[in-house]
Amino acid sequence: MVSYTAPLDDIRFLLYDLLDYEGQVAGLPGCEEASRELVDAVLEEGAKFCENELLPLNRSGDEEGCAFENGVVRTPKGFKELYEAFCEAGWNGLSLNPDYGGQGLPKTLQFVMTELICSSNISFGMYPGLTHGACNALELHGSDDQKQTFLPNMIHGRWSGTMCLTEPHCGTDLGLIRTKAEPVGEGKYKITGTKIFISAGEHDMSENIVHLVLAKLPDAPEGSKGISLFIVPKFLVKEDGSPGARNGVACGSIEHKMGIKASSTCVMNFDEAEGYLVGEPHSGMAKMFTMMNVARLDVGIQGLGLAETAYQSAAAYAKERLQGRSLAGPQQPDRPADPIIVHPDVRKNLLTMRALNEGARALALWVAIAVDVAEKHPDDARRQEADDLVALMTPIIKSFFTDAGFEVTNIGMQVFGGHGYIREHGMEQLVRDARIAQIYEGANGIQALDLVGRKLGQNMGRLLRRFFHPVQDYIEEGMTKPELAEFVAPLAKSLSRLQQATLWIGQQGLKDPEEAGAAATDYLNLFAYTALAYLWCRMAEASLANLEGDRAEFHEAKLATARFFFQRLLPKSSGHFSAIMAGKAPLMEMKEAAF
Amino acid sequence: MKVLVPIKRVIDANVKVRVKADNTGVETANVKMAMNPFCEIAVEEAVRLKEAGTASEVIVVSAGAAQAQETLRTGLAMGADRGILIQCDSDPEPLAVAKLLKAVVEKEGPELVILGKQAVDNDNNQTGQMLAALLGWPQGTFISKVEKTDGSFAITREVDGGLEKLEIKAPAVVTTDLRLNEPRYASLPNIMKAKKKPIDTMTPADLGVDVSPRLTVVSVTEPPARKAGVKVASVAELVDKLRNEAKVI
Repeated sequence: MVSYTAPLDDIRFLLYDLLDYEGQVAGLPGCEEASRELVDAVLEEGAKFCENELLPLNRSGDEEGCAFENGVVRTPKGFKELYEAFCEAGWNGLSLNPDYGGQGLPKTLQFVMTELICSSNISFGMYPGLTHGACNALELHGSDDQKQTFLPNMIHGRWSGTMCLTEPHCGTDLGLIRTKAEPVGEGKYKITGTKIFISAGEHDMSENIVHLVLAKLPDAPEGSKGISLFIVPKFLVKEDGSPGARNGVACGSIEHKMGIKASSTCVMNFDEAEGYLVGEPHSGMAKMFTMMNVARLDVGIQGLGLAETAYQSAAAYAKERLQGRSLAGPQQPDRPADPIIVHPDVRKNLLTMRALNEGARALALWVAIAVDVAEKHPDDARRQEADDLVALMTPIIKSFFTDAGFEVTNIGMQVFGGHGYIREHGMEQLVRDARIAQIYEGANGIQALDLVGRKLGQNMGRLLRRFFHPVQDYIEEGMTKPELAEFVAPLAKSLSRLQQATLWIGQQGLKDPEEAGAAATDYLNLFAYTALAYLWCRMAEASLANLEGDRAEFHEAKLATARFFFQRLLPKSSGHFSAIMAGKAPLMEMKEAAF
Repeated sequence: MKVLVPIKRVIDANVKVRVKADNTGVETANVKMAMNPFCEIAVEEAVRLKEAGTASEVIVVSAGAAQAQETLRTGLAMGADRGILIQCDSDPEPLAVAKLLKAVVEKEGPELVILGKQAVDNDNNQTGQMLAALLGWPQGTFISKVEKTDGSFAITREVDGGLEKLEIKAPAVVTTDLRLNEPRYASLPNIMKAKKKPIDTMTPADLGVDVSPRLTVVSVTEPPARKAGVKVASVAELVDKLRNEAKVI
């Protein structure tokens, strides 16, 4: 069994001591109720629910998996009851629109809860996660009538949601989709086609499933400009709002996967299913992106969530597992051996996990607050600024956090040795569950292209400035504080290299797009390390100021982790820098036939 | 029927408790605090009585530091209607709490007071009994079931070797055992509503109660570490050890 306690101490440190949650978020219009006191109460109860209800079904869900029989998907034992309790407690609507029954709490809180849910039971989290994304898309783009019909039930969770994009022959390049939508009058369409890899496409936990489906109208232009978005419910909605006749959509089979086995991954067949157009014809791609951008941040958090559980479990194990003696001589002579945590290499493993996790959490919440500001701030300029930062950081969070999620869960397994490789302790499940996050919601290579190809040049580099300027300002101020030198100096070095690489890619990419493509993944990682360095520097500063306080132990550990990050992890970014500067030649030189 | 539920803020049951370096007590600074689990059961039972239409109002009350307000909010989020905080400078002893509660009972006039049978911090198991005695009310301790009948309560008590069914006259004091119910999670909407529910704050002086301690803590220490066991070669050796070393037979 893995060990997990929601890291509320760290979360509170980030929200209140580092990121000024109260000043930044609690004052926004619509967030007046979300005081520190309320946030604490919500997080305490959320943590309790995740630790006591979600976590115990994590391994049994993995062992049992989903079953498919006669078109029906059965989720593992206990999931249905858990889902009902989850919805009844109101967690489904945490940050969703109060006009339709949501709680309207800040997105920042949603980020935190998503992490807790993913740490406890990521497979379960997929179901409300998909519903959440579908609700966001409908709220932004649906007609009033559509919102009234679907949102209250979906926000409650009584009805769940999906996003149906991928088809057998296309995933990344959605311009190629073949699913058709024939208008039949009265605003209705007949949807026909096959969608694959549809998470939560079919299951036994909700009374209706509302699919958001990408399809092409008969007069659609070629490519991604010809995609429209449709609502296709599993059961047609009756006049009184309740689910009625079965619609022409059915699950054909479910996938047998490496991980997230309790999450149903379905082939969905649409056979003249009744659907309703969302917004204008041919505008589906942009609408799907509002859903996907949120989903990409969520997937990044999945990596962090799993990595946190891996760290906590590995740390507990390393303190208990007696094996061999410390290189410095026996540390616990009265016991048959020392715990393995005495070894520098084991500590390196644990600290790598911890530094990546705590850095990622800080970055995630920094961006989460920007999501709230982008949505609710009364000042247009502030909203735009925050929105730019979110857009810039989205591919970085998605890609870096999920790569780190896999690396950290893998290190966690290493700390357990053979006991990590066998199923009993749950460590190998974390690795398997983490792996998909690097692939879905835009494979990480695509995220890097998004960063380099779209985000860098957008509005003459305006997005980039939303990161570079505050970091530069911070460094300039930090240089005047001698106690921060050990942190600010490597941050400054990292930032200047990132700027150098940015310039290089800008120049080379203009001449030859393949140069930008060749640099993309290393550039994203260099960017991520710099962003983490910025937040680690700020965390170190906040902890230095609190060393005399009554939480000295927490802040001492924070500082020790910060030092590890700057001295042992950040140097890795040099490798990425060198790789970028090597250019495309080493990648493109070999003839295709030689592969 | 009004129901009064006294609750206590204690160190969270999942936290490993540490003794202070100077042996004056246990470390409570920066330790996660929560509602005493038996008190949660008491709140749950009161809320169920309200949901069943038996109770008209559920009042949670706590005597302790200002932070006990958070614990009261938890009770309100579970479904209690309002809270009373009796703010004390130090943790009051059971007798002082019972006296404070007596004053609150006289003010509020509940027909039923439900307490946890004990708090997991000091395991005193005294407050409910003392309160009943001070009030001159019937008491039902360690209950696993309570039902309102005409002018009285039918209760089931958990006693050594079985269950004892009694009928006690209203108004009464009962204390909860583990199996009375399983407390609910507070729902998100209720956590938000709890913020708006009223909490009255008062002091022991307002209630005319002297809470100065009557006990002196001499020293608090960790229990001695358990020693490793030994394997005996024969039954005879075991009997010999039990008789001569352990002196238990």
